[in-house]
Amino acid sequence: MYDFNEEQIQRYSRHILLKDVGVEGQEKILNAKVLLVGAGGIGSPVALYLAAAGVGTLGIADNDVVDLSNLQRQIAHNTQNVGRPKVDSAREAIQRLNPDVKVKTYNDFLLSDTIADIVKEYDFVVEGSDNFPTKFLVNDACVMLGKPYSMGSINQFEGQTFTHIPGSTCYRCMFKEPPAEGTVPTCSQAGVLGSVVGILGTIQATETLKYITGVGELLINKLLTFDARTMNFMKMNIAPRKTCEICGNEPTIKELFDYEQTACKIIRHS
Amino acid sequence: MVYTLDITHEHCPMTLVRTKLKLSQMAKGDILEVLLSEGEALNSVPSAIKEQGFNVISVERVEGSTHKMMIEK
Ligand SMILES: [Zn+2]
Repeated sequence: MYDFNEEQIQRYSRHILLKDVGVEGQEKILNAKVLLVGAGGIGSPVALYLAAAGVGTLGIADNDVVDLSNLQRQIAHNTQNVGRPKVDSAREAIQRLNPDVKVKTYNDFLLSDTIADIVKEYDFVVEGSDNFPTKFLVNDACVMLGKPYSMGSINQFEGQTFTHIPGSTCYRCMFKEPPAEGTVPTCSQAGVLGSVVGILGTIQATETLKYITGVGELLINKLLTFDARTMNFMKMNIAPRKTCEICGNEPTIKELFDYEQTACKIIRHS
Repeated sequence: MVYTLDITHEHCPMTLVRTKLKLSQMAKGDILEVLLSEGEALNSVPSAIKEQGFNVISVERVEGSTHKMMIEK
């Protein structure tokens, strides 16, 4: 049993009060290990809410440095940290918020030869990167290792997210492979309303805490999409695809690989 | 086993937090005797504990404004 000290009793009192979380749920949160892929727009609110909740270990993978243009939405970072690695900036934000949280940083672009050893160490993965190669790589690695994850994508005013657990619909079931070059505005060209990443990130943080505590129903075999212009939220049922290249009946992907993305182009590279 | 807890000097919502914490350290079937004060605590804690799925066996006045609530886990 977890031995709560007086500060923790106060800090987590609102979780302890919840019937569906309670002391046991808070213990699970304090023992949980969550990996955040991306410490940007989505990763920022996820990192802050999971740190506030007391998630025991937060891993953060990001190879970027804080840029002034990030600060319109990436709320874990601040003006003083422009030019510093995002993982260091995020670590400071987390430790200021809650010293209970152990932070592990990976100042790297996750690739097929490194991702498995990192993912293995965690109970749950939150994917909030800004590029398709990473999203597919995280999906493939998590499916192969049997790790649950929450995936999120943002475009301008819109967001979409779903949660995967072993056996449920995966990213590749839904999207097969990265979109052809030029069909989807990627990188930074599209623009994004700052607060919209917060909507998505807080949904993903909530899914993470639901997974850890076992509360409610996850967004599995579903895709949640929303448009902040109208505030329409829509939940679609999407069953696993039997022909999925990684989780289907006859998977063709047996080893992890990287898609190449140069500037805003995506090229199959296997 | 019978455990005791004094929350007469606690305020809402820590009255309920302390009670839940103590219950979490007990085994099923154990009894918790909680001393609580009239007013806020007496009005809210027994009903909240019931809503959380615990069995409140009795609530009775001990002396002055102090009451004793018996909970079975
Ligand atoms: Zn699949």
